[in-house]
Amino acid sequence: MPDKITISINGTEIKTEEGKSILSVCKENDIHIPVMCHFPGLTDVGACRLCLCEVKGYNKLLPACTTLVAENMEIQTHTEKLKEYRRVIVEMFFSERNHMCSICVANTNCELQDMATEVGMQHVRFPFLNQECAVDASHPKYVIDHNRCIMCTRCVRVCSEVEGAHNWDVKNRGYNARVISDFDQPWGESETCTSCGKCLNVCPTGALWAKGSVQGKLDKFPEKITDLIEKRGIH
Amino acid sequence: MNTNELKELSEKIVEEGKAFKKKVCVCCGAGCLSSGSEAVLESMKQTIKDKGLESTVQVIPSGCMGPCNQGPLVKILPEETIYEKLDGDAVEALVDDHIVKDTPQEDKLLFSEYRDKPFVDSREDPFFKRQKRIVLENCGRINPESIEDYIGVNGYQALAYALHRSSPEHIIGEIKLSRLRGRGGAGYPTGFKWETVYRHVADQKYVVCNADEGDPGAFMDRSILEGDPHRVLEGMILAGYAIGATQGYAYIRGEYPAAIKRFEEALKQARKKGFLGRSIMGSDFSFDVEIRIGAGAFVCGEETALLASIEGKRGTPRPRPPYPAESGLWGKPTLINNVETFANIAPIVISGGTAFGEVGTPKSAGTKVFALAGKVQISGLIEVPMGTNLRDIIFEIGGGIPGGHKFKAAQTGGPSGGCIPEQHLDHPVDYESLQELGSIMGSGGLIVMDETSDMVDVARYFMEFCVDESCGKCIPCRVGTKQMFDLLTKIYEGRATDIDLATLEQLAHVVKDTSLCGLGMSAPNPLLSTLRFFKEDYIQHLKDSALANV
Repeated sequence: MPDKITISINGTEIKTEEGKSILSVCKENDIHIPVMCHFPGLTDVGACRLCLCEVKGYNKLLPACTTLVAENMEIQTHTEKLKEYRRVIVEMFFSERNHMCSICVANTNCELQDMATEVGMQHVRFPFLNQECAVDASHPKYVIDHNRCIMCTRCVRVCSEVEGAHNWDVKNRGYNARVISDFDQPWGESETCTSCGKCLNVCPTGALWAKGSVQGKLDKFPEKITDLIEKRGIH
Repeated sequence: MNTNELKELSEKIVEEGKAFKKKVCVCCGAGCLSSGSEAVLESMKQTIKDKGLESTVQVIPSGCMGPCNQGPLVKILPEETIYEKLDGDAVEALVDDHIVKDTPQEDKLLFSEYRDKPFVDSREDPFFKRQKRIVLENCGRINPESIEDYIGVNGYQALAYALHRSSPEHIIGEIKLSRLRGRGGAGYPTGFKWETVYRHVADQKYVVCNADEGDPGAFMDRSILEGDPHRVLEGMILAGYAIGATQGYAYIRGEYPAAIKRFEEALKQARKKGFLGRSIMGSDFSFDVEIRIGAGAFVCGEETALLASIEGKRGTPRPRPPYPAESGLWGKPTLINNVETFANIAPIVISGGTAFGEVGTPKSAGTKVFALAGKVQISGLIEVPMGTNLRDIIFEIGGGIPGGHKFKAAQTGGPSGGCIPEQHLDHPVDYESLQELGSIMGSGGLIVMDETSDMVDVARYFMEFCVDESCGKCIPCRVGTKQMFDLLTKIYEGRATDIDLATLEQLAHVVKDTSLCGLGMSAPNPLLSTLRFFKEDYIQHLKDSALANV
């Protein structure tokens, strides 16, 4: 049995157990923290920086997804500074590639779009980088549109940790980083892809979708993947 | 080999050395190699042979001597005379004059172009006089590819002492007493780090040496590895003994072929002599070290990215905690220190922590190696006590700014550091004082800039470096650095307004506070520090753009 501990989140005392992340304790207590790269059941990577929290005694902000709670930890999840930072981070996401909602399959079914609403983003203060990214439609059933990708790497993790295929990985550095299929081959020529479609269902944006999807009509069932992870007892 | 045998061997090597009247060290550090010191070495060996001096004059290739832009260098011991800018053809006359006739060749003496009367004993020269060599004490004096040379200068005696007459707890105690702090840049107390790893109970622990030095203008770790690889190795073995590890890794960047070759050679020699491998020096302690070669990613100098790279994964950082001391390589407690930190260990064990702590400042003990470069008369590798001020380093050791120009800024810490203006040059250099000035100690790169440097361009250069080297994992570093670079370019090219400057400043704070690893967190430092001390350069560019738009 893990040790019972007491922590404080936004000034409220909470009794919980050691070994849990700040994020999971918040979820259990109906404290909503915005996340983008986190997906229930997949290894957390702390990459989107949206779940950053202020923890007393630390001079850095700590990601709620990878930071474990400890006795007497005092956590702030929604200070003015954090809210401002989250808004700037979402603006950075929008400025990176192409996130024009009106022409996207994921319009109205997109976590990035929802996030912009949640953090109160009204416009993007930075110039759009307008990167020209490839669209790979070589797979018989699916398409990856790198213009919509936000590098959350959920697809990489679900493919490796749940499907066990490891079709997806990442190449290059910095803003040139891209998700790749096998050794950067066209998806349709992949020898590892099982066409299971898990990556499509965990993708938060319109970067991965099934052929035949119509603008604004994308179907996604992330809860099915969560369900599968729970039933298989992964992690 | 036990302690007595080591002592006997050391005495024998010293005795054999005495048979030679003179020792000629030809610098084969990276700087001198690239200016042709290999030809000098060959020519020196041949000349000594031709003149029948082989029995009285010993010729060795050595590591870096310091004044790199004066190379190729040759040092003649015991009189400590250094000759500069030699080539193969100049060697014969030099041997005739200095060795045969015993009269120094004045016009070839080190710094003969800068000094009215160059020094025959190089230790008298201001460049060396202000320095204190602990880490570099053997660099430029021994053959880095000879374990005998290292044993001859008390090499591996700290290890013998630790294994036979001390305990891990005692060694850690001495390191704590010494107040040594990590030389990779962040300055975490080394003794505490060792103690943390020591306290973690695990079936396997690791020692990792971070030799992925990547700051532009920095070559300290390279020179230490090239000039005295056994010193670093001894530090690693001592660390392994102290924390209870059996395996070590040296992660050396691929751009340092000479360092890799010499360290590899050091490993082989140490295994042969029984300083590495099973039952080291007859004790029940076993430890081995393998080399891992970096593939050119700056971010792999970040400890968690480095560990991922050793594990064979993509070299990207992960959030800390957990720190490597708790969960490092393959999830096991791992001690990771920088090359220069390991090079400080043997002297601490030999002379004791208290004695080591007497050098430097109360908070930053010991010395620091700097790679002095840029607009300074003498550039090269120097080692000074912590607390030496920048003015002494730049004007006394470095000889000031060439070409009659005025000093403008000293850049420390590379792309993670900042620019220090004239009015703060008298600050003693240690971890805290540099941080107060918005810079960092960093690994030891020190770039001097004169009045001709445009600080907007400087900030832009370092930002471009971070854009290229960001791993792309977290969004603030991946996109934030690119946005900052674009804004800096806009300012530099005279297309910007006050709003751009305000956006830039805000972005800098967001990237600093929200990035995942040290690369992103410190990427805005050059920008923020130039904004703090050289805002007039930015204002000038903005004025230029306003005029251009009239």
